[in-house]
Amino acid sequence: MAQQIPMVDYLVLGDEPHLVANKCESCGSLFFDRRNACASCGGRSFARVDIPPTGKVRSFTIVHRAAPGVPAPFVSAVIDLDGGGKVKANIVGVEPVPEKITLGMPVKLATFVAGTDSKGIEAVAFGFAPA
Amino acid sequence: MSGDNVWIIGVSMTPFKRYKDKDLIDLASEACIAALDDAGATVKDMDILASGNLYEANAGVGQRIQKQIGQTGIPVYNVSNACATGATAFRTVYMAIKAGEAEMGLAVGSEQMGKMGMLGAGRQARKEELVYEPSGRYGAVMGTEGILGTNLMPGTFAQAGMEYAYEHGGVGFEQFAKVAEKNHAHSVLNPLAQYRKQFSLDEIMGGEVIAYPNTLLMCCPTGDGAAAAVLVSEEKLRSLPAEVQRRAVKVSASVMTSDPYVDGGQVNFDVNTLTRRAADKAYAIAGVDPKDLDLVELHDCFATAELLHYDNLRLCEPGAAGEWIDKRGPWRDGEIPVNVSGGLLSKGHPLGATGIANIFEVSTHLRGEAGDRQIDGAKVGLTHVIGLGSACAIHILERAAS
Repeated sequence: MAQQIPMVDYLVLGDEPHLVANKCESCGSLFFDRRNACASCGGRSFARVDIPPTGKVRSFTIVHRAAPGVPAPFVSAVIDLDGGGKVKANIVGVEPVPEKITLGMPVKLATFVAGTDSKGIEAVAFGFAPA
Repeated sequence: MSGDNVWIIGVSMTPFKRYKDKDLIDLASEACIAALDDAGATVKDMDILASGNLYEANAGVGQRIQKQIGQTGIPVYNVSNACATGATAFRTVYMAIKAGEAEMGLAVGSEQMGKMGMLGAGRQARKEELVYEPSGRYGAVMGTEGILGTNLMPGTFAQAGMEYAYEHGGVGFEQFAKVAEKNHAHSVLNPLAQYRKQFSLDEIMGGEVIAYPNTLLMCCPTGDGAAAAVLVSEEKLRSLPAEVQRRAVKVSASVMTSDPYVDGGQVNFDVNTLTRRAADKAYAIAGVDPKDLDLVELHDCFATAELLHYDNLRLCEPGAAGEWIDKRGPWRDGEIPVNVSGGLLSKGHPLGATGIANIFEVSTHLRGEAGDRQIDGAKVGLTHVIGLGSACAIHILERAAS
């Protein structure tokens, strides 16, 4: 099996792929990147936490005219994560037509290979599939 | 009438379109000279110049304009604040007058974009030799656009609109499309608009999908243009000719906000909270109720965006933006006319110019000089812009008491 790396550093691969976030120890706000201080409360200490791999579709769009090199159509969505926080990702495993995607639809994290570099290393991305 | 108001005495905009024979500085200078002429003032009367522009933000646009219209040595502030850039230039002059640093000043917003396609879409060059290395704040090994969702403008605003649909009933593809139907219909009356063509709801909904629910006719075009305004202190205004005073437009509120923290704002920019805060503050400062508004020019970069702002600006009942467009509340013969200029969807959106062009539009109605598209008897109007990232500016304008 090819060597794999996560496409972004807030995705953890393995037997149970999941997202991780920096959680403000004062107010609980979640951030996928590093923060000098919490954007919500100003707190300065953060803990790395695992994010449950399930949630609901809060909003979506079906992109037909995409950036050059990006296959279209695809569905982009904002997911309300179970346990708090939101993330943006593609909806995968579903036909990209409005009839097949419902606001509030339960989804779960799914990984897929997004590309392979010149050394044969695969970049693994995440999306959400109907639960 | 309180003595420290700031007034608009001159205002202008160039037609918005794609100019092949003029550059950015030509357009900005034309707008400045037209605003000065409209004010009955000269560049020598100006104590400050604020110039808003995005794509040449590091290139001294304000000083380059001075080379065309008069180098008087006054302070120049070059400002950049995403799509709120023009309004930021306007407010820079406003604040200088409020602070007593200037009696009269010139604000200009300009942009030359040409036919550039989707903003930010064309910059992902593919390398021949690919070696994945984590980089940036998310440790991404490759471009994430289209793989981890979309952050291009049509999709960002589509997702903002669909979030409203999720939270409130009565909103779907058709309600969003009706916004575009209205603005394209309005644009037919505006000779300064980039596009002046009416479309049926079927044509809009049946057009090329860019980012559902936004179709082609629900997305604003790129283009070129400039707009400018001459602002003056109340004390100075009273020394000017009666005709200048009669045509003066009062800036009853000038408010800027940025996006406060909200859960989810890091994954899709929140355009709501900062608009609500700015609106509420502006209404309080001006002592104006939304029901008092005779017209509104708001930031319809995409049809999905306009619908949200009916609610954010309190033009409709809370949660009832869909119902409001269904009953034609924002049409020019409706409850509160919205975007009678044609809006960004038809008038065009040269980014840096937009935040002054909407002030031009409302001022022109308040002066009773809007020709075919005049909203009769307009006394109070509101302008709104949003720059993603985010910046919001709201101005409430009132006609001079006659």
